[in-house]
Amino acid sequence: MLYKNPYNNYFDYVVQRDLDRCIRCKACVTQCSYGANFYDPDREMIYSLDANCVGCMRCSTFCPTDCIRIVRNPDAFRPNANWKDNNIKDLYKQAGTGGIIITGMGNDKPFTNYWEHMVIDACQVTNPSIDPLREPMELKTFLGRKPERLEIGRDGDITTKLAPQLVLETPIMFSAMSYGSINYNVCESVARAARELGTYWNTGEGGLPKALYEYGRQTIVQCASGRFGVSPEYLGAGAAIEIKIGQGAKPGIGGHLPGEKVLEGISETRMIPVGTDAISPAPHHDIYSIEDLKQLIYALKEATRYEKPVSVKIAAVHNVAAIASGIARAGADIIAVDGFRGGTGAAPKAIRDNVGIPIEVAIAAVDERLRQEGIRNEVSLVAAGGFRNSSDIVKAIALGADAVYIATSALMALGCTLCQQCHRGRCAWGITTNDPELARRVNPEIGTERLVGLIRAWSNEIKEMLGLMGINSIESLKGNRDRLRGVGLSEGELQTLGIRQAGT
Amino acid sequence: MEDRIRIDAKGMHYRALNEKIHAVVAGGATEIDLYNVNGQRYIGDGIKKDVRITIDGVPGNDLGIFMDGPLITVNNNAQDAVGNTMNGGKIVVRGMAGDVCGYGMRGGKLFILKDAGYRIGIHMKGYKALNPIIVIGGNAGDFLAEYMAGGVIVLLRMFGRDNSSGAGDYLGAGMHGGTVYVRDGIDRQKLGKGVAVSELTEADRPLLEGIITEYAADLGLDADRILGERFEKLTPLSTRPYAKLYTY
Repeated sequence: MLYKNPYNNYFDYVVQRDLDRCIRCKACVTQCSYGANFYDPDREMIYSLDANCVGCMRCSTFCPTDCIRIVRNPDAFRPNANWKDNNIKDLYKQAGTGGIIITGMGNDKPFTNYWEHMVIDACQVTNPSIDPLREPMELKTFLGRKPERLEIGRDGDITTKLAPQLVLETPIMFSAMSYGSINYNVCESVARAARELGTYWNTGEGGLPKALYEYGRQTIVQCASGRFGVSPEYLGAGAAIEIKIGQGAKPGIGGHLPGEKVLEGISETRMIPVGTDAISPAPHHDIYSIEDLKQLIYALKEATRYEKPVSVKIAAVHNVAAIASGIARAGADIIAVDGFRGGTGAAPKAIRDNVGIPIEVAIAAVDERLRQEGIRNEVSLVAAGGFRNSSDIVKAIALGADAVYIATSALMALGCTLCQQCHRGRCAWGITTNDPELARRVNPEIGTERLVGLIRAWSNEIKEMLGLMGINSIESLKGNRDRLRGVGLSEGELQTLGIRQAGT
Repeated sequence: MEDRIRIDAKGMHYRALNEKIHAVVAGGATEIDLYNVNGQRYIGDGIKKDVRITIDGVPGNDLGIFMDGPLITVNNNAQDAVGNTMNGGKIVVRGMAGDVCGYGMRGGKLFILKDAGYRIGIHMKGYKALNPIIVIGGNAGDFLAEYMAGGVIVLLRMFGRDNSSGAGDYLGAGMHGGTVYVRDGIDRQKLGKGVAVSELTEADRPLLEGIITEYAADLGLDADRILGERFEKLTPLSTRPYAKLYTY
């Protein structure tokens, strides 16, 4: 019988160290939170335990002499088109542990990425493009229920009573990440960036730390199945309330924040004892139907005296259009749809990689359905799930989204290298860890700057793209699918996305 | 405004009724008597003051949801989700209550005289001074104390329609905190996975006595008669029931 689990040998990365350049400073040893680098005092040398390396690049980034290279382990399995490396390694791992494989971040499998099969239109000759550097260009976005018609009084004021709205200076918000899955410094960075940018951040389901109540006006507070931290003060603190039904990375299942991550501050905010698992049930047990959802939506509206929009977040699944219609009819002001490339702090790999649908088709299906039913104005549609750049966002809005949520890209702005180890609570970049020593690696001051930098850059790019389409307001791009064309898509795919083939 | 206000809820939509309640609470009323209540939802929703609300008639779903402070007394039956995600205060139901009461409750008390429906006390929490308590005088349906993370549930099976049978199935399934006290005689097959049954210890007695004394006083019952019964205690086997389920 095997005396050693094969997966211990077939690790993913090798730490290569150029010994001529290594000055034995041990920076790589202290920076690695997974124990992949160690100093041998007898031989006065630094070595690596490659099996522990997660490929996060922390050590190579912080090596002062640039002597480290993290390379893919060349020790390859015999090539097999059916049994890919990860299939083999996962199987060994499960045979050795009997466990469900947990992973972090979004689906990394090579499904068709529809953003890469859509191109954007531009003005030539017959209609002038606009130069956003010198002409007004508006990205301001309002989220919430819009009236069917506006009545204007004699003095020119709007007399129609408007439903509460979120006002965004740019159509990009920070998506739900709970305090506990990310640490306080990351929460603070995101909250401050939202305030500086005039947009919103989302607490996720872990409650709102007391010290962040001052950012309440830029905060969307979440009410999820575990009801962690949901108190009247919390509901009152936010600018909007989001009922979390599902998450793109793990549709249909609940969540477990492992006890190791439930430290003092998290315990207080979630209202559970230190060290216990924070378990979110798969469904809300007071929601088994659209009617029940309506009941919770109105319970939240009653609790906040109808002053805040209520959002309902779902994972993009097969029947997303019909479900969204139900949510709109249940009284939600905003529907957030999270596609299957959306990130997570922890999800079973089998689920993350195989359940749900891409956000691109979900936006198209939901927008189309709500239009057909004549209720598109009753809800705003926020899309989430793996937006990588400004052009993905422009395409999402042209397909029918009102705004987008980003989270993975926000964490990348803070240093995340997508090593997918969030669930282990040992993030070497100090993001998905509550270890105070590691969490210090994110400085909220610098973090805020980098997030603001990213969103400013994307917003400027969005303005450029609006300009080249001859549009001077993001409002005019919404659902404007005529400005998109498909390249390399089947008839069925084009039809689902509601766009035409390039060249036609 | 007077301290004591009577509101006729006859024919009122819940939104109008709750507007009225919020208005009189803001105006300084401390005693509010609602009569002719007939299914209006969300009574007491999110109220953070120590007011007393007495209800004649049957209040609708989500009675006392998100509330933190009020004492609500229902002189009849109540419907579903009483004390949902409640933070503090007390709800006394002098009849039966429906499903999903006390969901995610993290403080306060919910006293039900007779039977309660399915999924009572799901994911109740306890944290430091916050220790929510549910007492059910009759029987409870399936999934009582599911995912329970803290707090106390007492199941008496003494004042319901049928006190002879055990509780519903899957009692305490997924429980990882808190305590359930049940009057003697729960069928072990009804228990969910991961629940331990034990005898009460010296530490349990004063806690249980305190709860039952208050419950009996609120509902006009004989506390000694209840405390004379034999109780068993249900606790989770682990605060981390799923820790070994995963690998990476």
